[in-house]
Amino acid sequence: MIAVEHLTRRFAGRTAVDDISFNVARGEIVGLLGPNGAGKSTTMRILSAFLPATSGTVRVAGFDVFHESDEVRRRIGYMPENNPLYPEMRVREYLKFRARLKGLGWRRSRERVSTVMEQCGLTDVGRRIIGQLSKGYKQRVGLADALVHEPELIILDEPTIGLDPQQIRLVRQLIKSLGGKHTVLISTHILPEVEMMCGRVLIMFGGRVLASDTPENLQLRMAGGSQVIAEIAAPAAALQTLWNDHSDVEEFEVTAGDAGFQRCVLTPRTGVDIRSAIFELVRQHGWEMRELTRNRYTLEDIYLQVTKPNTEETE
Amino acid sequence: MRIFWALLRRELASFFFSLTGYIIIAAVTLLTGFSFVVLINTLGTDPVPVPVTELFYLSFYFWLILLLITPVITMRLFALEKASGTFETLMSTAVSDFQVVAAKFMAAVIFYLLAWLPLLACLGVIQHFAHQNSTLDAGTVGGMFLGIALVGSVFISLGCFASSLTRSQMTAAVISFVLGVGLFSLAYLAKQIPVTEQWQARALSYFSLFDQMDDFARGVVDTRAVVFYVTITFLFLFLTLRVVESRRWK
Repeated sequence: MIAVEHLTRRFAGRTAVDDISFNVARGEIVGLLGPNGAGKSTTMRILSAFLPATSGTVRVAGFDVFHESDEVRRRIGYMPENNPLYPEMRVREYLKFRARLKGLGWRRSRERVSTVMEQCGLTDVGRRIIGQLSKGYKQRVGLADALVHEPELIILDEPTIGLDPQQIRLVRQLIKSLGGKHTVLISTHILPEVEMMCGRVLIMFGGRVLASDTPENLQLRMAGGSQVIAEIAAPAAALQTLWNDHSDVEEFEVTAGDAGFQRCVLTPRTGVDIRSAIFELVRQHGWEMRELTRNRYTLEDIYLQVTKPNTEETE
Repeated sequence: MRIFWALLRRELASFFFSLTGYIIIAAVTLLTGFSFVVLINTLGTDPVPVPVTELFYLSFYFWLILLLITPVITMRLFALEKASGTFETLMSTAVSDFQVVAAKFMAAVIFYLLAWLPLLACLGVIQHFAHQNSTLDAGTVGGMFLGIALVGSVFISLGCFASSLTRSQMTAAVISFVLGVGLFSLAYLAKQIPVTEQWQARALSYFSLFDQMDDFARGVVDTRAVVFYVTITFLFLFLTLRVVESRRWK
């Protein structure tokens, strides 16, 4: 659906996007993740044919965004950063206007506007003036606008920014429901969002794509995935020998906790879940155990690690 | 075409969504009213040998209205969309740059003409009380409105151009006011500059908006003036289109 090859975009004295390449398949929900100024918005603007690339080629649905920008624009629904709307218009009127702009006929635009208003939960506010709506509603108007002409590709730049948790949840559900039928590219700097919505993550930093994978794979790639923490009431020496002899434990650390419990931090062999094995061992020895958890690396750890080297410079 | 109408409708409606539109109409009505008072005064004292429409035009109110309201009408067109970011959403739909420029210009011209309608009422009042069918003649009134429309188009195209250059409405208004006053004072210069050669005089005469408007108000439609106004309008619309396109090659 999207094929980006060696895309570079320079502004006066600054390279916003630096030789990036990536592909997005039809029906995927892909998250562009990165700190402010990483080049996410610029990439999206180029994809939506608003800005030209300095070099490189971008194809959307097989059409070049620069030379065949009409065809590309017909196929995308784009919601820019901060979701600009005409504040003086009414919701239904605005959506109808947008549908007409996108080339829908009179009857078709009426149908589609009703459909997307229902889809985005706007039916009750159709006659309200956009400028007087709450931010959550405005965001949904922006989403409805992006969807109104049933585009193949939906590009959303920071769709949940500035919303309260309840509204964020609704918007996320909505975006998630778009997957499969539409291809969705969203940008964000909020990590849980990507984990929740996206099938794939592109981590951007300093104008480059540093990693591209599913959220799970990214977690696996980080230090073999996980550590297991167990708090067991047993003699420290016994635990030491136990872990030493266990073939699935690669590294371990035993520290004394309170009330006779020992805190064991275990790094298992890659891909092995040793939690049930630990429980079985503890049961056999008749020890007491009060905690057994897997300490997963979150996307946040990955993100911080990937973007660590010169974070301070860019902020 | 469908897209053009949708754009035109929205642009035109947006004049009435905001207070600015009503303020413009009120201001024009007020100034036309003033000039009406002046006119009545003149008519009440001496017999005048010129058409009423020309008298109307001869009071400086016409130029005052033209120079003041066109920047206010046009300043919003592109600058506001750029400042609020809606320009991006607008341009990422299947509209062409040409459609956008044309629709914005057309909407501004239509609104401008709507704002002039009270003048027609004033003329109607004169007609009613003059008890004479010869006071107003459809030709002169038509000529006058054609002149108003053509000169207005020139100033509005200047305003479109100014608005496309910047994100700030104030800056746009100032630029178009300066451009407008510049063009306006060229008409003065045309009278002041001592000409040594024939072609200079002819070239300058094209810029003498006064004389041309005078003709229109008298009901004389001079093709040279029409062509001149239409050309200038298209020139500035073309420049506006280039500025709008420029984001693609910047």
